[in-house]
Amino acid sequence: MKRRSPLLLSIACFGYALLYVPILSVVIYSFNDSRLVTLWGGFSTRWYVSLLSNDELLAAALLSLRIAVVSATLATALGALVALALHRVQRLRGRILLSGMVTAPLVMPEIITGLSLLFLFISMAEVIGWPATRGATTITIAHITFSMAYVVVVVRSRLAALNESLEEAAMDLGGKPVAVFFDITVPMLLPALVSGWLLSFTLSLDDLVISSFVSGPGATTLPMLIFAKVRLGVTPDINAITTIIIALVVVAVVTAAVITARRRPAAG
Amino acid sequence: MSPETSKAGPQSERWLRRTVTLPYVWLLLFFLAPFLIILKISFADPVVAQPPFTALLQWGQQGFEGIKATIENYLFLFEDGYYAIIYLASLKMAAIGTLLCLLLGYPMAYFIARQPPRRRQILLLAVILPFWISFLLRVYAWIGLLSNKGVINNFLISVGLIDHPLTMLYNDFAVYLGILYSYLPFMILPLYANLERQNLDLMEAAADLGARRWQVFLDVTLPLSKPGIIGGCLLVFIPAVGEFTIPALLGGADTLMIGRVLWDEFFVSRDWPVASAVSVILLLLLIAPILWFQHHQNREQEAGR
Repeated sequence: MKRRSPLLLSIACFGYALLYVPILSVVIYSFNDSRLVTLWGGFSTRWYVSLLSNDELLAAALLSLRIAVVSATLATALGALVALALHRVQRLRGRILLSGMVTAPLVMPEIITGLSLLFLFISMAEVIGWPATRGATTITIAHITFSMAYVVVVVRSRLAALNESLEEAAMDLGGKPVAVFFDITVPMLLPALVSGWLLSFTLSLDDLVISSFVSGPGATTLPMLIFAKVRLGVTPDINAITTIIIALVVVAVVTAAVITARRRPAAG
Repeated sequence: MSPETSKAGPQSERWLRRTVTLPYVWLLLFFLAPFLIILKISFADPVVAQPPFTALLQWGQQGFEGIKATIENYLFLFEDGYYAIIYLASLKMAAIGTLLCLLLGYPMAYFIARQPPRRRQILLLAVILPFWISFLLRVYAWIGLLSNKGVINNFLISVGLIDHPLTMLYNDFAVYLGILYSYLPFMILPLYANLERQNLDLMEAAADLGARRWQVFLDVTLPLSKPGIIGGCLLVFIPAVGEFTIPALLGGADTLMIGRVLWDEFFVSRDWPVASAVSVILLLLLIAPILWFQHHQNREQEAGR
């Protein structure tokens, strides 16, 4: 069984090349001095410098970050509650509906989610007068809704692997449910809550389609701005933004992986 | 056991039961209600007004006056063969994209699952890492690679393999490549989870009994990995049918995908009732795979416990 298969190895190499060559090419060309994106004109950081003076872009990035932080936080709280209820409450009323509503966004075409939410906001504005205008708030609501689904998946799989006797002991010793929840349950779920938050944050920061539908005049997120630009082809400043985002993600993911790898042997 | 201790479980249950009302109401309002509204608008007449469609329930001086519904939007979709062709083309492109993901993802997942544990972690991390980098930007990266004056054509010409640039961008080929590239991690992860769990003893027993490697794979590994294949394929196929970003950035003018048509129907033609009818039908097409996926997820969740 241990014999190495050259075929398998070459397929795997091809797969990894496919995953990484596009990313690497953008990183390399972001340092290209030439305005002609595909012609190498020497090393330069001019596109990074020009980013700093691009107010439109900085405003969009700031808006995206704000929406991502708020929606990830609320989605994590709401998603964790759903996961706990689905896992713990034996006879939950409307359980099938709840678990259906919370898994469907995982596979729902974004374009339908976006369109239907826009129609909801328009109907709500007609009937109750809120939201009067669409923008950061409506985008945040939309992002919370689809991010929740991902949080539920992450937290549920953590709950399935968890030891519940600690909580039972705390309850037996007379702990109030709310106190037990925040003192025992939340710390035990912390790794899942952190990865759920990060996942929601990334999804929110990345969303183009749903934001485009539920946004209004004046609220342009970073993906909306980038999409408008790259529809016309490759631009060097987008290469520079991409490289910055890649650098941040790689640092964050590798740090998280190193921390969990270090912690595991100590805990085990 | 005292009565207090036996109450401990139900007490926390009651607390959860109450607090879960908040996300429950949230989902009813922001996930379920929008679908009912889209269904409602798909039966309305388009008018030049704000909002650009008629109301379904007519309210007059004396209160409720009746329901005003039309199936014209649906008839329009069926009579106009254009939409039928687009639905079929979207299903076909998603199916081929899913198959490509499976053909590349299965051997990769198999390869990773058979590595020593430490290397397995690193290889898996390398599959997940691109997922954290913006999807939009990763799709964008292909434009620079595939265009006529792009990296690949420049390389092939400088090596002397071709004289004229190959047309690789703004056509169906680029869309397939985009789907393969973007959705590959979604195929690999469920397959890996399954292949890693598989009992190696079974394969060794089969090998000890004289089975060839290919035979072991076909008779033991492949049938056992069916849940992984189903999970991965559904996870790729369902969102790929309604994909917008990939055909919008990499596809050509003749690349017909429903996500793009819906976007144009809404943002360009501004025909909201037809856009609604288009999405209702797309949802009906996807309802069977979505239910299958949910059933599958629940079963995997039970099995994982």
